Amino acid sequence: MSLWVDKYRPTTLAKLDYHKDQAAHLKKLVQGGDFPHLLVYGPSGAGKKTRVMCTLRELYGSGVEKLRIEHNNFTTPSNKKLEIVSISSNYHIEVNPSDVGIQDRVVIQELIKNVAQVNQLDSSTQKDFKVVVLTEVDRLSRDAQHALRRTMEKYMSTCRLILVCNSTSKVIPAIRSRCLGVRVAAPSADEIVQMLQTVCKKEGLNLPSELARRIADKSQGNLRRALLMCEACKVQQYPFSADQDVSEPDWEVFLRDTASMIVQEQSPRRLLEVRGRLYELLSHCIPADVIMKGLLQELLQNCDGELKTEVVQSAAHFEHRLQSGQKAIYHIEAFVARFMAIYKRFLEEGIADLF
Amino acid sequence: MQAFLKGPGGAPPAKKPAPAPAPGTSKKDGKPVKKHIPWVEKYRPRTVDDVAHQDEVVAVLRKTLEGSDLPNLLFYGPPGTGKTSTILAAARALYGHDLYKDRVLELNASDERGISVVREKVKKFSQLTASATRPDGKPCPPYKIIILDEADSMTSPAQAALRRTMEKETKTTRFCLICNYVTRIIEPITSRCAKFRFKPLGVGVMSERLKHICQEENVKIEEEAIQTLMQISEGDMRKAVMFLQSASRLCGQDGSVNSQIIRDITGVVPEDLLDEVLKVCRSDSYEKLDATVKKVIREGYAGSQILSQFHDKLVAMEEVSDKQKSVICEKMALVDKCLLDGADEYLQLMALFSTVMHQMCHAE
Repeated sequence: MSLWVDKYRPTTLAKLDYHKDQAAHLKKLVQGGDFPHLLVYGPSGAGKKTRVMCTLRELYGSGVEKLRIEHNNFTTPSNKKLEIVSISSNYHIEVNPSDVGIQDRVVIQELIKNVAQVNQLDSSTQKDFKVVVLTEVDRLSRDAQHALRRTMEKYMSTCRLILVCNSTSKVIPAIRSRCLGVRVAAPSADEIVQMLQTVCKKEGLNLPSELARRIADKSQGNLRRALLMCEACKVQQYPFSADQDVSEPDWEVFLRDTASMIVQEQSPRRLLEVRGRLYELLSHCIPADVIMKGLLQELLQNCDGELKTEVVQSAAHFEHRLQSGQKAIYHIEAFVARFMAIYKRFLEEGIADLF
Repeated sequence: MQAFLKGPGGAPPAKKPAPAPAPGTSKKDGKPVKKHIPWVEKYRPRTVDDVAHQDEVVAVLRKTLEGSDLPNLLFYGPPGTGKTSTILAAARALYGHDLYKDRVLELNASDERGISVVREKVKKFSQLTASATRPDGKPCPPYKIIILDEADSMTSPAQAALRRTMEKETKTTRFCLICNYVTRIIEPITSRCAKFRFKPLGVGVMSERLKHICQEENVKIEEEAIQTLMQISEGDMRKAVMFLQSASRLCGQDGSVNSQIIRDITGVVPEDLLDEVLKVCRSDSYEKLDATVKKVIREGYAGSQILSQFHDKLVAMEEVSDKQKSVICEKMALVDKCLLDGADEYLQLMALFSTVMHQMCHAE
């Protein structure tokens, strides 16, 4: 039995539930026979991957769904062995080059050249190009992105690239100017509600609209998350009741408690306790930037307007450092300490004003 | 190949390979009819004279084609201004189709070009001497060309290794380095080359070209759409052609391209969304700002795009004083750097817009 997320994933462009105009555009692109390189971007859970797979199906027919997993081996110039997993069909190959860290350039150079230099057999029945899908392009190193540039032009006749990323900010302009950008916006709350209702109907379940609305609000525009939450609710209690708890992940509750601890007391001792909790979170593989954002969200609720600006500035500052630094705990803790300082000063000023 | 190995045969073996390329070329000629070639490739300038707007370079290269010597070249300028096209066209004119493969070595960032490659491949290639005649007896320049595309992504040791090679082999080899940022090329290299800056294409040239393409391809386009296209592409011809092709494909055969479609596919943030953010900034309410920024992020717009459009807007705003503008611009620069480093978009945008809010509502 598969999860609802996979079970009800649309497989053709015609079946997509929202952004129908865009689906029509993609269809026209495919029917035109030619096909530019695509750069698909949007927040996570908005359906980027689904759209890519639908487009591929539109291009090649159901043959793209026969997938196989391959282990590719590469050797870097410094004789280091790399192994990367790719998922491929006869017509396309999908890799996540950022899996190999800073050596991603080698993978890009080798893999795309391998694919691109082989012509499609029997071009009468199929398109005469193959498709390479690269995911998480925004995490590619600079070198790798530069390596893509000329490759994209040179092998245009045998190979098309579909690049998938969350944000184009980190994609170099040279690549952006070679691709057709496809923006996949997150579905609105109404669309999520509608989708939850449809899925539940197909499962033969009855979903009260208040519950659906609450799930949609909690999912923050992430459809995958909404469906998973809905399924979790079903496991928890069925038949649904309108005021049922939408279960949150444990770590969110834990994070909220941590935030309230910080607001309660600002002292080195409390900082030590908070550190313990942060370590706990990190060791459970919660990404550091998620912790940072979660903390900020909770802490800000206790701040005044002017103070908020200051806190946000410092959060942005430390989050940036976190990205370029190595160890997450330093930066999160620095943020907590900074917040304590700001907050304490604010409280003391408030008391001084009273007298 | 076998005909070649048979050694210095008479005319028959020499003729044998000749038909072989013929089908290849005819296939290439046949391709545009059957196969769809991206317009970017199709309308790439074929000769040096076709290169638009870059008069100085064209003048120098034309002199070279007429028979004078070629210096080492360094082309730099923003993407889509015709750097690669220019040198490829020049090389083709110099050597013709057959000799091109022997005489031109093209290395770009997709090839391995660490210091070892410079030492081995580049050096070996540059040491070969070239004759001053083509096989068919016509004269051709007695040197080879090494094109180092995207040279700014070469490491500085690799660049350093080029220095001596460049000087020593001037008799047999010319180098052409192409890059976006001339500052990334080390000083000793730049001083050995004739530098040419490629300017972003002017409005006139660009609209003329785009109209020409539209005519060739039978695409109906509104005058306003061309204006939008040029505004968005900012002098980057490749981008403009790319967008034009995508837009025309979306419109189908009979529809005409309008500026709305172009805005849609380019991922430009709509004006009213930016206006909304600005309005919220003036309202001095953090909660509203938070909600709006979240909305923008959920729509999937890229942080860098918002930044650059917001900057254009800010500079033109009259109700903001110069001092406030400078404070905001400084923050923008920081945010831009942070975004490039991979910081979170939401936090960075919040930091930026809360600065804007502070400046607009609380600056004395």
